[in-house]
Amino acid sequence: MSDFVRFLIAGISLGSVYSLVCLGFVVIYRATGVVNFAQGGLVVLGAFMTHQLAVVNGIPFAVAVPLAMLIMAGVGLLLERVVFRPMVGQPVFAMILLTLGVVFVLEQVCAFFWGYDVVLVGDPWGVATVDLLGTMVNVSDLWTIGATGAALAAFFALFRFTTLGIAMRAGAADPEAALAHGISPQAIHGLSWAIAGAVATVAGVFLAAGPKGVDLGLGLVAFRAFPAMILGGLDSAEGAVAGGLLIGLVEVLTAAYLVPAMPSLGANFHVVMPYVVMIGILVVRPHGLFGTIEVRRA
Amino acid sequence: MSPLLRNTRITTEYGHDLVLWRSRLAQFGALMVLVAFAAAPFAVGNYWTTVLIYAGIAAVGTLGLNLLTGFTGQASLGHAFFFGVGAYAAVVLSGRFALPFPLWLIGAAALGGVIGGLVGPFALRLRGNYLVIVSLGLVFVGQHVFEHWGTVTGGLTGTAVRAPVALGPVDASALALPWITLSRNQGYYYFVWLVVLVLALAARNIIRTRPGRALQAIRDRDLAAEVIGVSLVQYKVGAFVVSSAYAACAGAMYASYARYVSPLDFTLFLSIQYVAMMVVGGIGSVMGSILGALFLTALPRLIESASASLPFVAAQGGGGGITVFSLNQALFGILIIVFLLVEPRGMVEIYRRIKRYFQAWPFSY
Repeated sequence: MSDFVRFLIAGISLGSVYSLVCLGFVVIYRATGVVNFAQGGLVVLGAFMTHQLAVVNGIPFAVAVPLAMLIMAGVGLLLERVVFRPMVGQPVFAMILLTLGVVFVLEQVCAFFWGYDVVLVGDPWGVATVDLLGTMVNVSDLWTIGATGAALAAFFALFRFTTLGIAMRAGAADPEAALAHGISPQAIHGLSWAIAGAVATVAGVFLAAGPKGVDLGLGLVAFRAFPAMILGGLDSAEGAVAGGLLIGLVEVLTAAYLVPAMPSLGANFHVVMPYVVMIGILVVRPHGLFGTIEVRRA
Repeated sequence: MSPLLRNTRITTEYGHDLVLWRSRLAQFGALMVLVAFAAAPFAVGNYWTTVLIYAGIAAVGTLGLNLLTGFTGQASLGHAFFFGVGAYAAVVLSGRFALPFPLWLIGAAALGGVIGGLVGPFALRLRGNYLVIVSLGLVFVGQHVFEHWGTVTGGLTGTAVRAPVALGPVDASALALPWITLSRNQGYYYFVWLVVLVLALAARNIIRTRPGRALQAIRDRDLAAEVIGVSLVQYKVGAFVVSSAYAACAGAMYASYARYVSPLDFTLFLSIQYVAMMVVGGIGSVMGSILGALFLTALPRLIESASASLPFVAAQGGGGGITVFSLNQALFGILIIVFLLVEPRGMVEIYRRIKRYFQAWPFSY
């Protein structure tokens, strides 16, 4: 039983990080209608940036993370301005190919500055565990869940209660009507990318937190947030959270129970389980659990 | 102006848009290119012949991707998976069932097409964004299967391939002409580029006839296409099947030439390479697929040979240096970005602009 609780917490922790990655996707999808494959690259870059500030430059971790978020928001803004704004109005598949190009460049930018080895992000938790109701739980997992919760709350508050958030929702819902009310679509797009960059940093830090560390493979982990997003629905923030948690749990529980029970599936089956779930979901409910059913008009 | 050089861009009837060759000059040009290609393996040496063989294989895969993305407007990352299916089909059909040459190649392409047909319908219920994500999942799931289905794929360590290209007395690995016996490289070169030629002509013929017009109508506005009587399911799945078969054919040729395949040959990066080749060569152009494949297969080799004199390339990453492999990955990304932003129609459009300049010379338009 205590094993199960341990897996449950590990799963929720992993799932929260997926939710964070998904939030980055959702922000950009809602503003621009494009699935941003570069989000994985932003996650890796954000984690390395934190490593640079906290470990190499010796800035305290609690200061380094917000600083890295700020820098990554700048990177997001820059990407939007230089790469994506000239492409507004182009076919969707061209935009997707563009984000794919960006992710490959971002990854190698990381390789250029930080190399190929696993490095730590300088978090204070390390391998410490704490006794929670008779179960040994990683401290970093608890922090991950807590910080993700806080980030999600801030996200929802921003979109529900601030003028800025409402402007962003308006811009996404009907760009022309929003424009008529004095909301600049450029500003909305730029802001979306900045938020995506900042959220990616948090996701990257917690993916790398504890003993795991960050290397270039982190981008592949971020790719596994795609199934979570499909599960939740591309345009739904609530769905991103639910989908992320579900996929995180599925992945951890598959590794813990299904793979030992059915060794013929192969040792790393939990790594592809999210994709299997995703393909199943797409057959039954293409718009996901919370997404809007796509209506096409001429 | 001589009739040979006559500007034939002005078309007066619909038939002119459908012809395979726009002018005598185009025919002559094609002949010259053929001659150059036939002479190439004797001119460039053994190493670059190998590069050209891989370029030919990549050209087939890129043609397949271009049929799906460039002509039907469905972006897909699944080509690494279908490439792998073709490669392992060649392993099994030729190695285990001992099928002779044309049969294992055709069988591999057919298997790729069938699996594409199975995946296609529900992948194509989804448009744009969704299809890319599903095909991404396909690559990862495929990777897992390739790694763990040891009896077929040899697992992580890979498997040796015995798929000879030999039909009766004609053997590509020791092609005997009356006056000379070709090396294995030279023989494979002719085989691969013959396949490229056949499949490029097939692609050209698909797109200049009814199915091709249907595909392009779907690409430009799928709802309008449906309204004028184009069956979306039929043509989208059809494009997916043909595209997968092209990729599988490329994979089978790769396995046959390399004689050894492992799951590491079929990663997401392969799909990205095809995307880059298509974007750089020309989205929605048969010629562009081949140009892009040639350029982007040769580019990493050029960088490799120049890497000793590039200051920022290091054996180890970190501290301001990256490996040649990383540099290549970054370059593919950069090329995708730059071409999409600056020349979205690719190298083919650059070539056309140069051609137009000389056709209109000395006038500027």
